[in-house]
Amino acid sequence: MLRACSVLLLLGALAALGGCATAGGNPDDPLEGYNRAMFKFNDGVDRAIIKPVASGYKAVMPEFARTGVTNFFSNLGDIWIGINNVLQGKPRAGASDFGRFAINTTVGIFGLFDVASNAGLDKHNEDFGQTLGRWGVGSGAYVVLPILGPSTVRDGFSLLVVDWHGDPLWYVGNIPTRNELVGTRLVDSRANLLDASRLAEEAALDRYSYLRSAYLQRRRSLIYDGNPPREPDASSDSSSGVQK
Amino acid sequence: MIRLLGVICFSLLAHAVGAQDVAPDALIKRISDEVIGIIKSDKDIKAGNRAKINDLVEAKVLPHFNFARMTALAVGRNWPKANPAQQKTLVDEFRTLLVFTYSGALSTYKNEVIEFKPLHAAPGDTDVTVRTQVKRPGAEPVSIDYSMEKTAGGWKVYDVVVGGVSLVTNYRDTFNAEIRDSGVDGLIKSLANKNRSLENQGGTKSK
Repeated sequence: MLRACSVLLLLGALAALGGCATAGGNPDDPLEGYNRAMFKFNDGVDRAIIKPVASGYKAVMPEFARTGVTNFFSNLGDIWIGINNVLQGKPRAGASDFGRFAINTTVGIFGLFDVASNAGLDKHNEDFGQTLGRWGVGSGAYVVLPILGPSTVRDGFSLLVVDWHGDPLWYVGNIPTRNELVGTRLVDSRANLLDASRLAEEAALDRYSYLRSAYLQRRRSLIYDGNPPREPDASSDSSSGVQK
Repeated sequence: MIRLLGVICFSLLAHAVGAQDVAPDALIKRISDEVIGIIKSDKDIKAGNRAKINDLVEAKVLPHFNFARMTALAVGRNWPKANPAQQKTLVDEFRTLLVFTYSGALSTYKNEVIEFKPLHAAPGDTDVTVRTQVKRPGAEPVSIDYSMEKTAGGWKVYDVVVGGVSLVTNYRDTFNAEIRDSGVDGLIKSLANKNRSLENQGGTKSK
């Protein structure tokens, strides 16, 4: 349901793009008006429901148990990560991801322990949006998705239309069990972000533009696996007139 | 007496040369080791005493940062629009904000391991990037890269990039918007307000 709504919203956002001109704002964010409203909505939901639940979860669950939960979901994600690495022409990285899954599912007891990391197979971060980026598809406008948060037209479509199919949780036959798993994963990942979100709150003058900038930089870096080429234009102007 | 003076001069000189000669990656490693060592052993810091972490950052980390350059980078194309007095105020306020943020990040430290990647630099380079990776069990490693420049006073950090996100240029959008809407003084005011509210929070929070 949420997914369908999000896809519709994205389509709407795309349609709106045709008609709206940027008014001196950030060229990556022509939908700033809508985005800020959605950001505020998400923030409200987070404050009212998700963050309190995540804080409670963190307070109640001992750390080793939370790590186990994080590892369990992380392990399930490694197959899709591996497939994306292969799609991006990085078979070696993909093989490492499949190896991680094999080791952690067996030796790591259904993924509860991340023994593969200790064995030198590092966790990767890939998704279909990055694969499209690698293939040369531009990110399109910045879009804040309901509940899911910062995204772009490219990444949002990838997440809602493609990545979904690579997510094992959605193949769980029993619907209540599936929903419980998806909910637990959401709470677990929010709990892992409690420190980071507090930091962002402290650091930002305007949280919306701070997080937008961070998201866009982060995605760009991920697409190039941490080595993005220097920004081509003058908007990232160098240190002109610097006092040393 | 003259000999004593000579010895003092020599040791001062040796000290200055020493600071300049330290390779950029060795410098970052030394600071990280030192700071993490203190964080691990200090009970107050472990308990989340922000004031004490601030002091630590002030004493050990800040001398190796070039805040003038950081501020200029964050402000970007509007930097020349600020007069020298405004530039100085901006640097001071931005410095306070970054220290607070940096201290906050340090206070969440939990036994992560920092790995240094080989430094790609020619002997004559004056601008290098020191690449590190922070490894946490069960999660993808996070990269922390330090952009550094060679100055008369040794190598100085002018940007810190965490997981591809520059702590400095991440402010540029906000700063541009502030200056566009309310000028350089408007930005100074926003920064000052932010810092004041952070200070008040730090004072009331027992944590």
